Amino acid sequence: MAATITAPAPNYLNATKGWKSWLLTLDHKRIAILYMVAIAVFFLVGGVMAMLIRLELLNPGRDLVGANTYNKLFTLHGAIMIFLFIIPGIPAILGNFLLPILLGARDVAFPRLNLASWYIFMLGGLFALYSIITGSIDTGWTFYTPYSTQTDTSVVSMTLGAFILGFSSILTGLNFIVTIHKLRLPGITWYRLPLFVWSIYATAIIQVLATPVLGITLLLLVVERLAGIGIFDPAMGGDPVLYQHFFWFYSHPAVYIMILPGMGIISELITTHSHKKIFGYKAVAYSSLGIALVSFLVWGHHMFVSGQSELAAMLFSFLTFFVGIPSGIKVFNWVTTMYRGSIVLNTPMLYALSFLFLFSIGGFTGIFLGALAVDVHLHDTYFIVAHFHYVMMGGTVMAFLGGIHHWWPKMFGKLYNEFWAKIACGLIFVGFNVTFGSQFILGSQGMPRRYYTYVDQYQPLHAFSTFGSWILGAGFLIMAVYLIHSLVKGKRAGSNPWYSLTMEWETSSPPPTENFIELPSLTHGPYDYDKVLPINVEPDGKPAKLKEAVS
Amino acid sequence: MDTTGTLFFPPGGSTYAGDVDSLFYFIYYASAIMFALVIGATIFFIIRYRRRQQTGKTYGKDHNFALEVTWTVIPTILILIVFVWGFRSYMRMNVVPRDAMEVKVTGQKWFWSFAYGSGASSVNELVVPVGQPVKLLMSSRDVIHSFFIPNFRMKMDVLPNRYTITWFEATRTGEFDLFCTEYCGQGHSEMIGRVKVLGEREFSEWLDAGSGPGQGESLVDYGRRLYTSRACNTCHSIDGSANVGPTFKGIFGRQEAMVAGGFITVDENYIRESILQPQAKVVAGYQPVMPTYQGILKDRDIDALIAFMKSLSNE
Amino acid sequence: MSQAKEFADETGQEQAGAHAAPHHHPANLAHHFSDMAQQKDSAKMGMWIFLLTEVLLFGGLFCAYAVYRAWNPEIFHNGHAFLDVTLGTINTIVLITSSLTVALAIRFLQVNKIKLAVINLAATIAFAGTFMVIKYFEYMHKIHEGQLPGKFYTFEGMEGTNPHVFFSVYFLMTGLHGIHVLVGIGIITWVLIRTIKGHFSSEYYTPVELTGLYWHLVDLIWIFLFPLFYLVG
Repeated sequence: MAATITAPAPNYLNATKGWKSWLLTLDHKRIAILYMVAIAVFFLVGGVMAMLIRLELLNPGRDLVGANTYNKLFTLHGAIMIFLFIIPGIPAILGNFLLPILLGARDVAFPRLNLASWYIFMLGGLFALYSIITGSIDTGWTFYTPYSTQTDTSVVSMTLGAFILGFSSILTGLNFIVTIHKLRLPGITWYRLPLFVWSIYATAIIQVLATPVLGITLLLLVVERLAGIGIFDPAMGGDPVLYQHFFWFYSHPAVYIMILPGMGIISELITTHSHKKIFGYKAVAYSSLGIALVSFLVWGHHMFVSGQSELAAMLFSFLTFFVGIPSGIKVFNWVTTMYRGSIVLNTPMLYALSFLFLFSIGGFTGIFLGALAVDVHLHDTYFIVAHFHYVMMGGTVMAFLGGIHHWWPKMFGKLYNEFWAKIACGLIFVGFNVTFGSQFILGSQGMPRRYYTYVDQYQPLHAFSTFGSWILGAGFLIMAVYLIHSLVKGKRAGSNPWYSLTMEWETSSPPPTENFIELPSLTHGPYDYDKVLPINVEPDGKPAKLKEAVS
Repeated sequence: MDTTGTLFFPPGGSTYAGDVDSLFYFIYYASAIMFALVIGATIFFIIRYRRRQQTGKTYGKDHNFALEVTWTVIPTILILIVFVWGFRSYMRMNVVPRDAMEVKVTGQKWFWSFAYGSGASSVNELVVPVGQPVKLLMSSRDVIHSFFIPNFRMKMDVLPNRYTITWFEATRTGEFDLFCTEYCGQGHSEMIGRVKVLGEREFSEWLDAGSGPGQGESLVDYGRRLYTSRACNTCHSIDGSANVGPTFKGIFGRQEAMVAGGFITVDENYIRESILQPQAKVVAGYQPVMPTYQGILKDRDIDALIAFMKSLSNE
Repeated sequence: MSQAKEFADETGQEQAGAHAAPHHHPANLAHHFSDMAQQKDSAKMGMWIFLLTEVLLFGGLFCAYAVYRAWNPEIFHNGHAFLDVTLGTINTIVLITSSLTVALAIRFLQVNKIKLAVINLAATIAFAGTFMVIKYFEYMHKIHEGQLPGKFYTFEGMEGTNPHVFFSVYFLMTGLHGIHVLVGIGIITWVLIRTIKGHFSSEYYTPVELTGLYWHLVDLIWIFLFPLFYLVG
């Protein structure tokens, strides 16, 4: 230890104090932490609901709750996880925290708008909470008409909540697009951007283009319920299937709002922890944009059995397959990136590998659902449930967890317990596969989704799945404990514990209020790992051999 | 025709089930091979290129045209095969053969009813002949439902404002599950019916017999049969427990408080009215969700149900 | 490289003086931008993206309009006869004029004629108010007649099945547009007050310019709504 102990330089966490300095902060990093706290609470609530759902399905008949309560549980689980956890999750937490730093900027383009987005997000959350208190909602997170216009549960407040959350999402996306375009440090060209930035950019485009349509759809639903305008009501000359078109026009691209940022994280994790230049930078970057564009043209694949015309079904099926190609290319690129790398199996990398495994399964099972004849059988069964959990949880959530573990030292300046982190990761991986792997078989055997009870032949697989949910729950419990422990008693992290070359690691951990005391050197690109040895890192966190290597 | 089922599928029972299964397994094995390659390569790289103490610089080449073209073209070809195959099979499932026998399917909260050309009808039990195409003309009385027979690999949404049409041809006799797969509220998970595939002769006998009481069957027994076959049991118990609707146990002669206020003694006329106009007088504590049975139950069916309820009160 | 160095020097200075008053900063430059041009470009781009989302928001309703018109051509034909073309035309002229005055206000700010800018902004508010007053009388008439959306529809003088659909779509679209006009009045009032206080000049008038962009969009949407409801039969 050095003899002279200097007071640690002020960072964004301790620069100012008091709850006001947090609730009125304009610092993108603090806003990210505000989101993190809120989203963690929502994830906990949604997760507990998932555990209750699985518990109820342990046996046929009523185990724990009746049909009405069960219907509310799965609706809330879906709505909370989608609107309050997975859509905002990566962009609002990691995007907010990292984006300006990765561009060498001091903040996002519109800091006040950024804070406003958080408040709008919380307002949306309050509406959801109000809905839960006043009778909850039992329509499923898709709010399909005419059921949603007829049920006497609290639909209006929940839909308004989702509408408001949409605004938060739009404003965040808008902020990010402008930030990426206008606030890059001179010298950071588009092709020198880390792939996480590209993926956030593609995500922001979808947020901005798709969310307004969801907004107007939900608004129509609200007006339909309040005034009975009959837009979606067959009794009054309306059409419930039109609602589905409107809804999926947003909600299918929304799936890519959820997965694209996760893909961006994986690009960062695999390059850093394999100490390897990304394979096919442009292919990975442009496939994000490709996915974003094609995602707008495939919404009808949610409606293959809704009675839409064969022509529409054919077109949507065809286009759906072409979302698969860029996703596949990304996976191949990531795997090839590891070739002749220098791979460390630490926790973030384990999550990245879990992502590769689970997301591949999620992607391949998507092919089954894109194939028209097979989809007819699998539509609205547990196969779908398993498929989207593999993509959303096996994909996005694994990437999110990997990202949290990767950037935790940067965000808080503390290291977590690596041993317990690996145990938790293992439990989550195994628990996830037990829970949802079994549901593929359940689904193709014919088990419909959204059933609180079922015919006896499905019982063994349901019990197996419920058992998996306990393993999964144990994994998350351990994670909560060691993460909180690290905040209190964790070892101090250096500025660059992973020897990463992206720019956020050039500033201290945690970063100072305006991100950089000394501006980043810009002597190397984010993935120039072939120019520096993985273990030679100076105490200040800068890779030692870099300057001479780059000249 | 397989009758045992596989890991992924229940035994098939329709003409196009085999085709769907084949496509499923084609995708399954193609995916499995590619998945094995991806994961195999990953595991190999992890072991072979793990970080050691003394390690050189990592490989700097970041593209390989031949490789990238290969992994773009091969999956594209595979998915085009899947697309064409899937679409052709889908058309086969959607184009109804000319000689198909038509059955009118009505979905409502929370049971299925079927009307046959001959005037026969049934509830929650679709009876069809083996080896003959059956066209289903479907509509809903309330919200969206979806008609799913796993063994036939057949599914179609049932909408309130238009007819949807699908068909199947059963290849063997037997009984199969029939599920509702579009979430439709409280009774969604119990909106389960059966599909009974009969031989041609048995089917025409069934049609002729209509749905009246069987030979020598008492009115009470017939009512008991209707209680399950007309799906009263979805919402009304006979063991005294409250469900979506009041229990039938001891219902006849009971004083019930009404939602609109006041009391009513349950008698023949009240039961009849509640079956035909369920919303007219609703028992307090229950939602007005029961659909009308107008046109589904004939007079003697209602008589039988009343007799059955009386028998439950006399016990 | 050298460009990056220059930038580093410049921002390094700024950071050193970040907590003290950044005296070399223009007063209206936020701390995280390096110069006024960057700030203005960012603000403008943000506004354009916002307007895009507005177009998409209304796009959903135009879509609904198209679908319901295709399904119910008869009632859209009969319905439009109950709208007052004269009032609609006056409103269109009023709104186009207000677009002109807001553009003039920006022009006068660019040449530092603050007083004329104030007059034009005030005129814009007056025109917007006129639009809303006329809209109010139109709405009141419809409410009185019972030509209302959905279950509130009580009017009996119109032929065709489901006549309420026309008025549902009419009230939804003009209503959402009306809300945008009201929001616009609020924002223009705010920039008017700031102009009077002397916050804007040829040096800095971005908020007025962005307000102008928003107002043009509100105007543009009306220019689509007017023929679709009042003229096309």
